[in-house]
Amino acid sequence: MPEDRAKSRGLLSEEETRRDFLTRIGVGACVVTGVGAAFTLLDYMEPKVLFEPPTLFRAGNLNDFPEGTVRFNEEQKTYILGAAGGGVYALSAVCTHLGCITRYLSSEGVIACPCHGSRFDLEGNVVHGPAPHPLPWLEVKADASGNLLVDTGRTIPHGKVLKV
Amino acid sequence: MSGTALANLADWIRDSSVYRSIVRHGSADTNRNRSLVIFENLFLHVHPVKVREKTLRFTHTFWLGGITLVSSIILFATGILLMFYYHPSVPQAYIDMKELQFVVDNGVWLRNLHRWSAHLMVFGSFLHLIRVFYHRAYRPPRQFNWVIGVVLLLLTLLLSYTGYLLPWDQLAFWGVSVGTNMAKEAPLIGKPLRFLLLGGNIVSENALLRFYVLHCVVLPVAFILFLSVHIWRIRKDGGVQGPPEDPSAEKGAP
Repeated sequence: MPEDRAKSRGLLSEEETRRDFLTRIGVGACVVTGVGAAFTLLDYMEPKVLFEPPTLFRAGNLNDFPEGTVRFNEEQKTYILGAAGGGVYALSAVCTHLGCITRYLSSEGVIACPCHGSRFDLEGNVVHGPAPHPLPWLEVKADASGNLLVDTGRTIPHGKVLKV
Repeated sequence: MSGTALANLADWIRDSSVYRSIVRHGSADTNRNRSLVIFENLFLHVHPVKVREKTLRFTHTFWLGGITLVSSIILFATGILLMFYYHPSVPQAYIDMKELQFVVDNGVWLRNLHRWSAHLMVFGSFLHLIRVFYHRAYRPPRQFNWVIGVVLLLLTLLLSYTGYLLPWDQLAFWGVSVGTNMAKEAPLIGKPLRFLLLGGNIVSENALLRFYVLHCVVLPVAFILFLSVHIWRIRKDGGVQGPPEDPSAEKGAP
C-alpha cells in the first residue's frame, strides 16, 4: 500500500488519511483564492486617476490683500485673507463638523456654516459649535514678485501668516 | 351559455399537455391538491400551506410586515421604470429627474410613487420591528429571523440613503457629503471606506455612479436574498407570531 509506505517515511501522519489531506489542500486553495479575489476586488474599486480640482492654485498678488481683505475661492473652497499688520493667510472653507461649505458674513465679520450653524472667526477659531476643530490653515507661498500659490492639500500651523 | 363555454375553455387549457407539463397536480379541489399548489411552486413554497384564521386578522400583526413587503414590490416596479429615463452622470442626472417630473408622461406619478413607497417602507419596517418586540415574537425559535430582519432594516436604510443622492440636487449633494463625512469618523476604516464609497475624495460623478450601482443592483439583490430567507423562516418557525396567548400564564412574567 502506498499509504503505508508514506506513513513509514513520516510523510503522512497516522491520524490523517489521504482524503483528509486532500480536503485540507482543497479548502486551503479555496481560502487563498477567496482572499485573493477579495483583495483584487478592493484594488479594482480604488480609482487610480481622479478628475478632481488640483490642490495647487494661484491666488493673485500679495498686494491685492491689504489688512481685512477676505476673498472666497469657490472652486477651491478656500478663503484668502489679508492679515492684521500685513501678510496673507489661507483658510479652508470646509466646515470641520461634517464637510459643508461655509460662507463669510461680512456684516457680522464671521464665517458661518449653513448646515448645522457652526461659526468661526476670521482666524478660523470656533466661535459657535457644533464644529469640533478650527478651520485648517493652508499653505501659501509667494514668489519674488509676490504672486501667491495656495496648496489646499497642505495644512500649516494655526496662526502662521505669510509675510514678505 | 357563455359560462359553460368559459368552463370548457378552462378545462381544455387544464387538460392540455403544455399546462400539464407545467402544473402537475389537478385543480385545487382537494386538500392534497391545495397543498400541492403551494409545495410545487417555487415562489409560493416559502409560504405555509395552511395558516390559522386568527393570524390573518388586522389586530394580530397590524399587517406591518406585509405593508413593508408591498411597498418594496412597488419600489422594484417603479424603480425599474424610472431607470429607463435616468442617466447616472453629471449634470444629466438632475436634468433627467426634472424631465421625469415635467416632461415624461406619468413620470411625476411614478417618481412620487417611488419616493412615498420608500418612506412607507422605512416607516413600516420600523413599526414592524417595534410590533415584533412588544409581541415578544423575537423569542425562540424566531431569534434567527430577528437577526435577518435587522439585516433587512439595514439594507432598507442603505437603499434609502443611496437613492437620496440620485436626483443630484442640492439636498442630495449635501446629504451625501454630510453622511459620508460621518462614515469617515469610523475608527481605522473610516477614511478608506469613504474613499471607496465615493470613488474619490469629494462627492463627484464617481460617487453618483457608485451609489447608482449600489442602489439599483447590489443592494436590491442582497435585499431579495435576505427577504426570501426572512419569509421562508416564518413558515419554518410556525407562522407569524401575534400577541402572546396569555401573558400572565407565561413563565417569568410578573
